[in-house]
This record gives sequence, structure tokens and C-alpha cells, in this order.
Amino acid sequence: MDKSQDTAQFVAPPWVEEGSTFWFPVQSSTVAPQVDWLFHFILGTSTVFFLLIVGLMIWFTVQYRRRPGAPLLESPHHSTALELTWSIIPAMLLIPMFFWGFIGYVEMRTPPEDSGDNEIRVTAKRWAWLFTYPQFDGFASDTLYVEEGKPFKLTMISEDVLHSLFIPAFRVKQDVVPGRYATTWFIPTRPGEYTLFCAEYCGKSHSDMLAKVVVYPAGERAEKLTRVIEIEEKETPPLERGLKLYNRRGCAQCHTTDGTAKVGPSFKGTFGTQQKLADGSTITVDDNYIRESILEPNAKVRGGYRAQMPSFKGQLKDSQIEDLILFIKSLNEDKK
Amino acid sequence: MATATITTESGSGGHSPGRNYLNESSGILSWVFTLDHKRIGLMYLVGVMSAFLLGGTFALALRTELLTPGPTTGMTHDMYNQMFTLHGAVMTFLFIIPGIPAALGNFVLPIMLGAKDVAFPRMNLMSFYLWMGGALFFVLTLFLGGLDTGWTFYTPYSIDTNTSVVSAVLGAFVLGFSSIFTGLNFIVTIHTLRPPGMTWFKMPLFLWSLYATAIIQILATPVLGITLLLLFAERTMGIGIFDPKLGGDPVLFQHFFWFYSHPAVYIMILPGMGIVSELISVFSRKAIFGYRFIAFSSLAIALLGFLVWGHHMFTSGESKMAAIVFSGITFSIAIPSAIKVFNWLATMYKGSISLATPMCFAQSFIVLFSIGGLTGLFLSTLSTDVHLHDTYFVVSHFHYVMVGSTLTAFLGGLFYWWPKITGKMYNDIQGQIAALIIFVGFNLAFFPQFIMGSRGMPRRYYNYLPEFQTYHQLSTYGSYVLGAGLFLALWVLVQSLLRGKPAPMNPWGGNSLEWHTSSPPPLANFEHTPEATDPYDYHANKYDPAVGGYVPIPKAQKTVDPYGGIE
Repeated sequence: MDKSQDTAQFVAPPWVEEGSTFWFPVQSSTVAPQVDWLFHFILGTSTVFFLLIVGLMIWFTVQYRRRPGAPLLESPHHSTALELTWSIIPAMLLIPMFFWGFIGYVEMRTPPEDSGDNEIRVTAKRWAWLFTYPQFDGFASDTLYVEEGKPFKLTMISEDVLHSLFIPAFRVKQDVVPGRYATTWFIPTRPGEYTLFCAEYCGKSHSDMLAKVVVYPAGERAEKLTRVIEIEEKETPPLERGLKLYNRRGCAQCHTTDGTAKVGPSFKGTFGTQQKLADGSTITVDDNYIRESILEPNAKVRGGYRAQMPSFKGQLKDSQIEDLILFIKSLNEDKK
Repeated sequence: MATATITTESGSGGHSPGRNYLNESSGILSWVFTLDHKRIGLMYLVGVMSAFLLGGTFALALRTELLTPGPTTGMTHDMYNQMFTLHGAVMTFLFIIPGIPAALGNFVLPIMLGAKDVAFPRMNLMSFYLWMGGALFFVLTLFLGGLDTGWTFYTPYSIDTNTSVVSAVLGAFVLGFSSIFTGLNFIVTIHTLRPPGMTWFKMPLFLWSLYATAIIQILATPVLGITLLLLFAERTMGIGIFDPKLGGDPVLFQHFFWFYSHPAVYIMILPGMGIVSELISVFSRKAIFGYRFIAFSSLAIALLGFLVWGHHMFTSGESKMAAIVFSGITFSIAIPSAIKVFNWLATMYKGSISLATPMCFAQSFIVLFSIGGLTGLFLSTLSTDVHLHDTYFVVSHFHYVMVGSTLTAFLGGLFYWWPKITGKMYNDIQGQIAALIIFVGFNLAFFPQFIMGSRGMPRRYYNYLPEFQTYHQLSTYGSYVLGAGLFLALWVLVQSLLRGKPAPMNPWGGNSLEWHTSSPPPLANFEHTPEATDPYDYHANKYDPAVGGYVPIPKAQKTVDPYGGIE
């Protein structure tokens, strides 16, 4: 394990996990060394002051302990110079703490421009995390898969109450608020598995709202995550896969499954039926028509609707289109 | 000891020996309808200590549950969440906030001013019954399905939960009025009832700290009241201020809430600092060092305390600029706090230091407050706060400040004024042992929490990863030691009531006005209107072994001895 972290090191007690220090879990992101360094700077300064205060207190208590019959000693009751000194010196020491903290914070809150290439959408709800990967066909899982050395940007929303995404190994924390998107970002630096906590109290199972963070070695994420997805796909029945795709890829935003028309027609009970197109001709809603509409949506637009659906060409694999068709077909069976 | 003769000997002539505020009248109604600030203070004392016992019992149950990850005692998730909520709410609203001002302050403030009572005695009684009303609402909450929001009532959880938020909110609302009444009363009393000759800068520092506290109480508490009313309306009528489903903003609630609750931290700690200023000076028999710096630092803390609430929201998504400004102002509060600590140390320099029980608590305070204050730096610093926020590091930090410091100051004040309040002395050695056990237990309970917090243990967790167990176990054992120390302190006080020696007028050698009247004081506090004294002039009295306390050095003798009649 890599123990050559560039911060002040404390001898770790035997019960802490390997690679971590007395005060901190392993450093696994680019901001972690800065946070730890500043923490130890404040710790050092505080320890000096604490020892000074307690040392003087004990010394005075012993030196000037009450002795019966001894006269009261005289000493000044104020000294403006002294009091200004012990006001100004600590004040000066606070400035670098504030300043470095502020620099570090601005960095934590400013995602690098290329982090958008690795955006991960996060949904928090009682009591689970859902991570959605737009670059992997909207694959979603309860584990956060990232990669060493690359910036990742998380765009997060809560479906119910306040939550807070906290990865101690990354020194990253951001509240997730219902009704507005929150973002955070990080560059993982150390492959391995870490824990992600919910840090904002959210009710009954708050303390069980944990997730796993997997950091893959540089260059291995695409391959490994594809394998994870394949395995998961094998284990999920096709209809369920279709429903997931339908929701994740945004079909549900325009097409309902209950018969009401939104931006586009509903799919309830349409498979196999004859439908009028905008140009007056008639087609049968079959496998080929659905496939065509996904890839070339404006080729044959249904009557009464505007041609505004985006193409999913190159975004969905044939197997995924197959899952979607199966799902749309199943909406007919529901009716019977 | 010859106490009964002391009261008559020492020139308080005219009042019959043995008559005092405790036995002036009797019967339950003489307490229920009393307008005497001392009796009201005593009733408050019993009230807040009962609340402390309740909150402390919750704390021990919580710590026991946390001995192992997962279920330990058979307590469920829901029970745990309700218990930590009520632990926090009872301790904060019913004990720490009213503890020093309403219980000890009520008793001591008018006597220190040489006044017969506070300016508005009826309002004072009213504030006590409002406190009782608020306490009843909290007890009611227990029976109406509990409360599981955390003492902070964060939205939208507090709108959503099916526990009894409404009764708890009404309780806190009523308690707010109690707090405002006390603050208002103290401000008017200090302004109008100071005796001739007592200028602002001749007031004992405890009064300065109560004055600064009162400013916060009357300016900040209404904001809490309005916030809680809005939450009440949100829950019952769905007005959509905080609920995102109705277009509201949950972070707005946090701003409102902390606009009160951060200054409230100074309601808790400032009076404690005032007590410690008195104790350090009296038990060092040396005038307080840098009186004006201490007085002004109280005001500075009170005023700056209003400008830092945003530091509770560094991770909530507030703007970077807001976070930076709040961080900067938060650091500025460290300065007046540091000034006080250095002044206390300088007061001890060349003193005549006695480690009587109250001084043991005062020194505990200095240590615990230093740890609590210095760990605040890690949380004011933006980048480290992001990691530490909502972890046990924060839990430990605020327990050091709100419990370690405020509780030891409260106990220090209680043991200091106990002979005045009850007329009885306690066993000093037992008191010192209790103070030591409390100090050791407190550190064992809370120091490991700093470490597990920075290692990533989030707060308000019923369940936790096995790697945190060592710290949780240390912390739980520490809480048992702390509990034992507190029960020993209670036992010492109860023993003193049962078989304590009668207290002399001035057992410690203080020179503020409460030590110029008998113990316990008569109904009107003094037989004759006293003259203002220099509260920190320790050449004015000397120890008299025959009395078991300090007696004034006659003026004639003082003029003969230009050095002030040193023993």
C-alpha cells in the first residue's frame, strides 16, 4: 500500500485500516492531501496554544498555590500592550488558516471544464443512492464506478428530503437538496473500494444509506464497467431491462404508458394497430416502425404530433432497441 | 460553626437571626405565587436540573446502544432517532440555554447589584411558568409519538415525518418567550437598579456577561419564534415556504434556524465565561486582569455571534462568496474568546490560588473550552469543514463548548453560590473528587469522537462500520464515568442540605455584593441598601478561622495600613 503521502504523518494506532493515518482515512483524491495538510497545520497551531494555556495554568496553580498567612502579591491588573499582543498574534495566525481554507474550498467547488465529459447523475432517496452513467447508455447502479486520475462531476438531486453525499476517502461532501441540482466533483487518485455515506440526517434508515465507491485503475473503467453492465444485463429479464431503459433514456418524458397523449403519442395498446401519419398515409405499428422511429424519428411522424423527437442513432445498441420493443409490446398485453 | 452569631455580629443588625428568604413564609402557595427572584431562581434550578437528568438519561441510553454496531440494547432505528432528538432538544432548550441565566443569574444578579429584586418581578415569575409550559409540551411530545427530526427541525423532513413536530415546535416557541422575558428583565434591571457608585465598569463581570447574553436573547429569539411558527403553518396548512414540493426552499429554513441558533450558542457560553471570570479571580484572590477587555469581549462575542450563522451551511450549496464571508467572520470570534482565556491566566499569575471545588470546575472549564474553541478553527476553515461537517468531529466540538464548558461553568457557579443559596457548606474534598471525575469522564467520552469524526464517522447514526467500534466503546465508557461524576456531585450537594455546616456570610472571600449579606440572604436581600464595592478588591476582607469565612477589614485599620491590610 502506498504510504508516501505528502502530509504530516502520525503513527497510526493498530486498529486503523492500512494506508490510513491517526486522524484520517486513506487519501484517495486530489483534494485530500490539501485538506489533510491544512488540518495538520491547524492541529499543530492549536496544540501549541493548548499546551501553552494548560502549561501556564498548571504552573501558576502550583507556583502560586495558597499558603496560609502568606501576603497577597502585587502585580498589574491590566497591561494594554500585553493584551494587544495576545490579541494580535493569534489573529495573525488565523489569517493563513482562513486563506488556505478558502483557496481549497474554491477548488472543491469549481469543477474543471473536462469533468463534464465524465458526468454522473446521482439520485438520492430514502434510503438509497442511484448513480446513472450517461456515457454508458444510461446504465444505473447503486455503486459509484469511477477511475483513477480522471475528473468526475456528480449532478445530484434528492427525491424526498435532504441527504448529503460524503466520501471520506475523497474528503468530499455535498448536501443533496430536493428541488434543485447540487454538484460536486473529484479526481480519484488511488484504485480501491471506499464507502460513501449519507451525512445529512434523513430519517429511519439514515445510518444504512451507504454505497460502495469503486475506483478502477487508470484506463480500465470503460472495459470493466462494460463487463459489470453485461453481467447485470444477463441477470435482468428483458422486459425489466426495457422498462429501465424506457425510464432512464427519457422516453417516459414524452410517451405515457397509460393511454394519455403528451408531447408524443402514448404506447398503450398501440402495437400492431394501424395509425395515420402526418402526411395522410397509414402504417402498421410493428417492430420495424418502432425501430425506425427510434433511429430516424422524423421519417414517419404520427398524425397530430410535431416532428420533434431526437434521434437515438448511435446511442442505443440493437439489443437495447430489442428490449424497448419488447416493453412496448407488453403494454398491449396489460390491456387484455 | 458560629454562623448564627456572625449574621448579627457583622452589622446586619435589625433583622431577627435566622430569618431568610427560605423561611420568611411557608406553604406551597408561598412558592407558587412568589415574586422573590431568589425563590424563582431556585425553582428554575430544580427545573433545569430535572431536565438535565432527563436529557442525561437519554444520553446514557444512546451511548449504550452505540457500544456495538447494529442493535445492542434492543433499541430500534426509530427509537434511537427519537431519543437523540429529545436528548438534543431537552438539553438545548430546557437545560443549557436557561441553565445559567435563568437559574443562577436569577438568584445572583439582583444581589450583585445590591437590589431588592429584578426590575419586573411578575414578569420574572411569568418567565418561569412559560418555561414550565414549554417543558410540558416537550413531555407531551414524548407521549404523542415522540419526535425524530433532530433538535434542528430541518425541513423538509420535519414537514414529512409523522412524529409529533407540532407539539415540540410549540414547546420551543413558548420557551422562546421565557428566554426573551428573562433577557428583557435583566437588561432593565442592570440599567435601572445599579446602586449609587456602581458604574458600568465597576460591575462584576458576571453581570456584563448576563447583559451581553440578554442582548442576544431579545434580538435573536424572536427569529426562532417566527421560524417555528412558519414551520407550524407549513405542517398544518402547507403554505409552501420550506417545502420544495410546494415551491419552497428547505435551505431557507436552515438560514432562519441558525440565525437564532448560532447566537444561542453564545447564550449558553457567555454566562459561563462570566462565572469563570468571577471564580478565577476570587480563588486566586487577585483582581481580574484586563477587566475592560473581558467586558468588551463579551459584547464583541454577542454582536459577532449574529454574523456567522452561514458557517452551518458550507456544504448546503450556498454561494462560494457567502461561504467565504461567513468563514472570515467566524474566525474573528476566536479573538475575543482567546482574549478571555489569556486574561484568566494572567489573573492567576502571582495569585493566591486555592483549588476549592468551584475553582476545580473553573480550571476544567479553561481546558475544555480551549479544546472546544480550538477545534472550532477546523470547522471555520472552509476546506477542512467540508470533510468534517456532519461528522462526530462536530458532535465532539459542540459538546466541548456547550456541555464541557457550559456545564462545568454551571457546576462551578452552583458550588460557588451554593452556600449563599442554601446557607449550607458542602464537603469540599468530595466536591473536588466529583470535579475530577467529571473532567476525566468528559474527555474520555468526547475526545475519541474527534478522531472517529475526522476518520469519517457521520453523526446521527444508529448503525456504523466495525472500524469505528473502538472509538465508540471508549466514548461510551467515558459517558459512564461522566455520569458517575455528576451523580457524585449531586450526592455532595444533597449531603450538604442534609447535614452541611451552616455557611458563613462570605466563605470564599469574594467582594461582590452578594458576599455582603447573610447566607442565605433575607427576603429583601440586604438589611440596608449596600454601597457599591470594588468587586475585585481582595484587600477588603480577610480570613477569620473563628467564622470559617472571610470578614471585612475595618476601614480604620485600612487607613493605618497603606498596603491595604494584608493578612
